[in-house]
Amino acid sequence: MNELLQDYLPLVIFIGVAFVLSIGLLVVPFLVAHKNPDPEKLSAYECGFNAFDDARMQFDVRFYLVAILFIIFDLEVAFLFPWAITFGNLGAFGFWSMMVFLAVLTIGFIYEWRKGALEWD
Amino acid sequence: MAEFWNTLLPILIIVGQSLLLLVLLLVSIAYVLLADRKIWAAVQLRRGPNVVGPWGLFQSFADLLKFVLKEPVIPSGANKGVFLLAPLVTCLLALAGWAVIPVSAGWVISDINVGILYIFAISSLGVYGIIMAGWASNSKYPFLAALRSAAQMVSYEVSIGFVIITVLMCAGSLNLSAIVEAQNGRFGLLNWYWLPLFPMFVVFYVSALAETNRPPFDLVEAESELVAGFMVEYGSTPYMMFMLGEYVAIATMCAMGTILFMGGWLSPLPFPPFTWVPGIVWFLLKALFFFFLIAMAKAIVPRYRYDQLMRLGWKVFLPLSIAMVVIVAGVLQFSGLAPK
Repeated sequence: MNELLQDYLPLVIFIGVAFVLSIGLLVVPFLVAHKNPDPEKLSAYECGFNAFDDARMQFDVRFYLVAILFIIFDLEVAFLFPWAITFGNLGAFGFWSMMVFLAVLTIGFIYEWRKGALEWD
Repeated sequence: MAEFWNTLLPILIIVGQSLLLLVLLLVSIAYVLLADRKIWAAVQLRRGPNVVGPWGLFQSFADLLKFVLKEPVIPSGANKGVFLLAPLVTCLLALAGWAVIPVSAGWVISDINVGILYIFAISSLGVYGIIMAGWASNSKYPFLAALRSAAQMVSYEVSIGFVIITVLMCAGSLNLSAIVEAQNGRFGLLNWYWLPLFPMFVVFYVSALAETNRPPFDLVEAESELVAGFMVEYGSTPYMMFMLGEYVAIATMCAMGTILFMGGWLSPLPFPPFTWVPGIVWFLLKALFFFFLIAMAKAIVPRYRYDQLMRLGWKVFLPLSIAMVVIVAGVLQFSGLAPK
């Protein structure tokens, strides 16, 4: 426990100091700057037109698809991390089991490519 | 009382160290920003900022003052809480990464044994700031830009992950200091990973550009179509915090490139006159070299189209980096060079 604390306490303190610094930056203009709001100034920017419709509209499903693909591949990277640092000790079995895993993943990748999930036109 | 001081003193020392690193980092960012503008200007045969202070050296500080004195505008349609939280998240996450970066042997705030995993996690979270800004603004340009930016950042995150994996296989540790030490050897700069892993170095460089939304991948703020991207509704210091977060993220990427591929604080020539130079000097020189590459890309490469960007990320870099992971693993396995 003590060792864990020794490693991670500086991290928490550093983030705390960074937080105080950022909060300071964020708050300063609300305290010192001149404020003169009017309805035109506070309306959403739309190149001079009056804003029409709600801005939170439907969007292309491909963004959603990219997010899902990201989760798959990012999880796989996270899965590779512990293997990558120990694989010198794992021997042939560790090496080949990860190769099989990567092969399965590549098949999935080829499938999604063929299905056109990566097309943006 | 003595017990009280025994626990408080180390904490105060850490606070002091953190403050020192953050202040030095922010001052360096001010000059990195100036260098960026100067390099860009020099490529276009302009002078760049040269009015505030000698050679424009105080330009960034004048900009800071101007941002602080600007009126902070919160649009009436916006979600106020999330709107103000977004720049805070961006800035804080960008700064947080520096807690584990060793600038010289032992010069690190927190030498945790999973340093690179921490950086990877923190930089993945960076996308939240952008999504929050785009959604909370309740305006069309920020919303579209936030979607684009999120998709772009997550696409290149994957390639960066695979690049990190190849380096880890050679170094055999997740600790950033240990990764630097693993590159120490008789041949100096020929021992560093940029040489054996050169394709991954290139992938890392290009992904770093895309990950930090730098030109030629600055589609988030493609002025001709999305005005200023997800930052359209921001002004005053909230806007500045996005820019600050962006430049700190660039600095983090430079530091990462230095640590993973260019031997961190190690001297490029491993014999006396060069090894007497303090490690921090080498680290800064290498990080600045990496930044110069990034600044030159902004000056000379035209902007990518969005479909080209996604094709490069998913159809070129991803297969290439998976293949490199397999090749590097195979070479290490069958040559017996793998670190035990």
